Amino acid sequence: MKRTSLLLPDSAQKPAALLFGTLFGFLLQKGGVTRYETIIGQLLLLDFTVLKVMLSAVLTGMLGIQVLLQFNLVTLRPRYGSFGSSVIGGLIFGLGFGLLGYCPGTAAGAAGQGSLDALFGGVGGMLLGTAFYSEIYPRIEASVLRWGSFGDITLPELLRTSRWKVVIAVAALLAAVLSALSLAGL
Amino acid sequence: MSWLTMARWPAIAVGIAIGLLECLTFLLLDKPIGCSSAFARTSGLIEKAIRGNSVVEKPYYRLFPPVIDWEWVFVAGIPFGAFLSALSSGNFRIEWVPSLWAAIFGTGVFRRLAAALAGGFFVGLGSRWAGGCTSGHGISGCLQLALSSWLASAAFFAGGILSAILLFSLTGG
Repeated sequence: MKRTSLLLPDSAQKPAALLFGTLFGFLLQKGGVTRYETIIGQLLLLDFTVLKVMLSAVLTGMLGIQVLLQFNLVTLRPRYGSFGSSVIGGLIFGLGFGLLGYCPGTAAGAAGQGSLDALFGGVGGMLLGTAFYSEIYPRIEASVLRWGSFGDITLPELLRTSRWKVVIAVAALLAAVLSALSLAGL
Repeated sequence: MSWLTMARWPAIAVGIAIGLLECLTFLLLDKPIGCSSAFARTSGLIEKAIRGNSVVEKPYYRLFPPVIDWEWVFVAGIPFGAFLSALSSGNFRIEWVPSLWAAIFGTGVFRRLAAALAGGFFVGLGSRWAGGCTSGHGISGCLQLALSSWLASAAFFAGGILSAILLFSLTGG
């Protein structure tokens, strides 16, 4: 089923990761999403740059991956989830997101543009937060994280329909939201 | 090449480029882009340096061993790329307090660092709790149509909007 011939050899994977990470950081900074003002502007619903970057990335990546999938060139890697993990964890993240004004990737990018609050406060805080999570993980693993577990299911599996149909529907929805934002001048 | 020195590229152009980058990481590395697990591995590496090798036996580090993996290297590239971008457009600047924060909460460095540290703590905790962040779930997971990622992303923004509005309307006045 899976074709792996385009996979880079092990020795080339980390150099490629460094190159891709550099490109990602370059793009985030050019997009303005490594700025505190842009992220807080989004969370206060005043500036929709973050949403536009994310939705157009999802739209492009979703279509690209779907085509690559058709040719058996890629394998999907959906993550496991549950209400206790995805929703509660997501809300905890959101609480911090509004206070910090960066997320993990954009905090790393912000550090590179000279934003020292992202470097010392953001990165320092995130390291403490992930360390704390590694401490409490054994206590929540069998309880909270399993509440409402649904595994690594994808939307086409959930809706019991073909992947292409969902891809087209979601693409249309994302394109409509992006057009609406543009028409509204946001 | 004047586009290279532009301070901002259109958001949609940046998004399309990130979407294409995702296709490349899937194709060449068999990996979706993600950022938060690199922070978990780093805190594990630090804990290992302080408390010794027994740390790797912690249940969470058995899932995410404290090692330098592809994602760690990817995340290490991000500040470098952002630095090059800021340099190319001439907007690299050392800044302790963002101007929007300063306008509402004052220019005090300590107050901003304390808020960023607390915010970072919950971002780190929540991202590992949810199994990903705005990159791993928000972009990579959503484009794969994973239910976990759509739910987590909705929660990231619901929580973020609530948190920012409370902070700015109640505290900031």
